[in-house]
Amino acid sequence: MNSQPLIETKNLTKKYGEKVVVDKLNLSIAEGERFGFLGPNGAGKTTTILMLLGLTQPSSGTANIAGFNCTREPLKVKRITGYVPERLGFYEELSAYYNLAYTARLNGLPEAQVSKRVTSALEEVGLIKTAEQQVGQFSAGMKQRLGIADILVKEPKLAILDEPTSGIDPKGVHQLLELIDKIAKERNMTIIMCSHQLKQVQQICTRVGIMQKGKIVVEGGVEDLGRQAFSGGKFRIEVKLTEITSAVIEAIRKIAGVVNVERSEDTLVVTAQTDLRPQIAKAVVDSNGLLVQMNIQSYALEDIYLKYSEGQ
Amino acid sequence: MQGMMEVFKKELADDFTRWRFLILFAIAFAVAIFAIYMDAQYIKLAVSDTRFVFLKLYTTSGEESLPLFIMFFVFFLPIIGVSLGFDAINSEKNSGTLSRLMSQSIYRDAVINGKFLAGMVTIAVMLASVVLVVGGVGLRLIGIPPSAEETMRLIFFIIVGVVYGSFWLGLAILFSIFLNRVATSALASIAMWIFFIFLFAIPMFADLGGTASYIMMQVSPIALFWESATVLLVPSARTMAQMLNVSMSTASPFLPTSALSIGQSLLTVWPHIVSMIALTAICFAISYIKFMREEIRST
Ligand SMILES: Nc1ncnc2c1ncn2[C@@H]1O[C@H](COP(=O)(O)OP(=O)(O)OP(=O)(O)O)[C@@H](O)[C@H]1O
Ligand SMILES: [Mg+2]
Repeated sequence: MNSQPLIETKNLTKKYGEKVVVDKLNLSIAEGERFGFLGPNGAGKTTTILMLLGLTQPSSGTANIAGFNCTREPLKVKRITGYVPERLGFYEELSAYYNLAYTARLNGLPEAQVSKRVTSALEEVGLIKTAEQQVGQFSAGMKQRLGIADILVKEPKLAILDEPTSGIDPKGVHQLLELIDKIAKERNMTIIMCSHQLKQVQQICTRVGIMQKGKIVVEGGVEDLGRQAFSGGKFRIEVKLTEITSAVIEAIRKIAGVVNVERSEDTLVVTAQTDLRPQIAKAVVDSNGLLVQMNIQSYALEDIYLKYSEGQ
Repeated sequence: MQGMMEVFKKELADDFTRWRFLILFAIAFAVAIFAIYMDAQYIKLAVSDTRFVFLKLYTTSGEESLPLFIMFFVFFLPIIGVSLGFDAINSEKNSGTLSRLMSQSIYRDAVINGKFLAGMVTIAVMLASVVLVVGGVGLRLIGIPPSAEETMRLIFFIIVGVVYGSFWLGLAILFSIFLNRVATSALASIAMWIFFIFLFAIPMFADLGGTASYIMMQVSPIALFWESATVLLVPSARTMAQMLNVSMSTASPFLPTSALSIGQSLLTVWPHIVSMIALTAICFAISYIKFMREEIRST
């Protein structure tokens, strides 16, 4: 196996006029990785993807997939990449089968294999019974699954899913994510999934990047992210006292593992790497404070995401 | 070229199943049959010149005026071309299908070329079948089969017609790339059509002098087609340029002069065909330049 990443961007930049939409992006995704691309509306996720597929030209910088330049050799890139756009572009008046067969043929699949490939893709996503139905009659959930089947027909190395769960009910979302997860694991497919929904990304992705105003502000595994985002503090402990004295604050600060202590009215908010409640209780008592109540919360990725989405 | 044949096959199937196409096809047949009955009656009454009787089926309309059949196609082929192309790209943009299409491993021009080719074949099928039907009905009515030369002339007429229709198709595709709303691009194509008809009609109503009309003849696809179709189907006809050389009289192009041989006719219409192809090529060049670098976004 080569150690070179499957996807690599170098200072990838896209400007629309004066507006910088993607700003010197350096992204590197290894083969087999499942990368969750998060960010608020207008962050530049879709634009980045379009540049990866050669569907729009970067203003500067380069993007490579499997060693092919995405701008100059888009055909080779698209040969190994499956893409489900934000808006699934199926021919509504044509059948599901025809839509997928068209994809297969456009990609140069020999006619003898078309039917087999399409049928097995439809089976995999559970749409084989409605193969001959017009796509226009499909529900949103069925269309999204057809989008997955559309990728399967191509048997790509890399699948790019732009908000695959929009417009689907919670149960459908769960099923769709399981389907994506299963497919990706079975085929060791590299995945880039764009979403606003953190939990969904968490469910299938091995790595997450949060984009904001054209920049990746944090990137890494879920665990790493927490550490980066909260400078090491993973737990948030609220300490309520009858009276807050500087002696108490000092005492708590001195405990090993405490990252930060903040005062808000009659409570202290302690950020810590581990659950330090017993130590804090002891410190309070030792410095003659009176403890009323203590709450602990562990930060979820949700908070991290919110922190970065809000801090604009 | 990868993908072009697949786009072509799909678009051809689409073209033939669209309502707008079926309606236009039906109109073409109805008008052609109507014209042939009118003509056949006239031919029966007054067959004096026995040469090119079969071609008269297509060109006589009771009087020594504009041949109905040719006039019909002068106006109708643009409508066919435009109806096949005006929403080629923008409707796919609007429905998001272009994103998916372009994310497959095909060249961008495969889409334009495939669609153009499918439209061209559709035009050819339509034109050829109308000519055949008119011929078939006419054969029964007058009972004289076409000569080899007449057949050749008809075939060349079809070719010129396809070139002419394809220009309009190319123009419509061009507008469908530049204008994102389907209604706007349809309107733009129709506006061009009316503009060219206007150019074409000016010399008929206003006396602009020979040179001005001559220049218009060279740039207006409508004039180019009308002239070449007339030369091909009315062997005694002359083009504007030839008439200018012979005399500056206001002679009708249907003056009974000696007939041109098919070779001479072809030589006469050749520059016209080249001009029409050149006009189409210009549309294509502009389409390519715009479409190749364009951003394809699904929202
Ligand atoms: N053709 C364009 N001209 C100018 N600005 C554009 C154009 N296309 C997109 N933008 C801007 O680029 C920014 C990024 O858009 P992009 O679609 O990449 O965001 P996104 O992260 O995918 O957002 P969402 O989550 O809403 O899909 C937006 O602010 C948008 O307004
Ligand atoms: Mg987006």
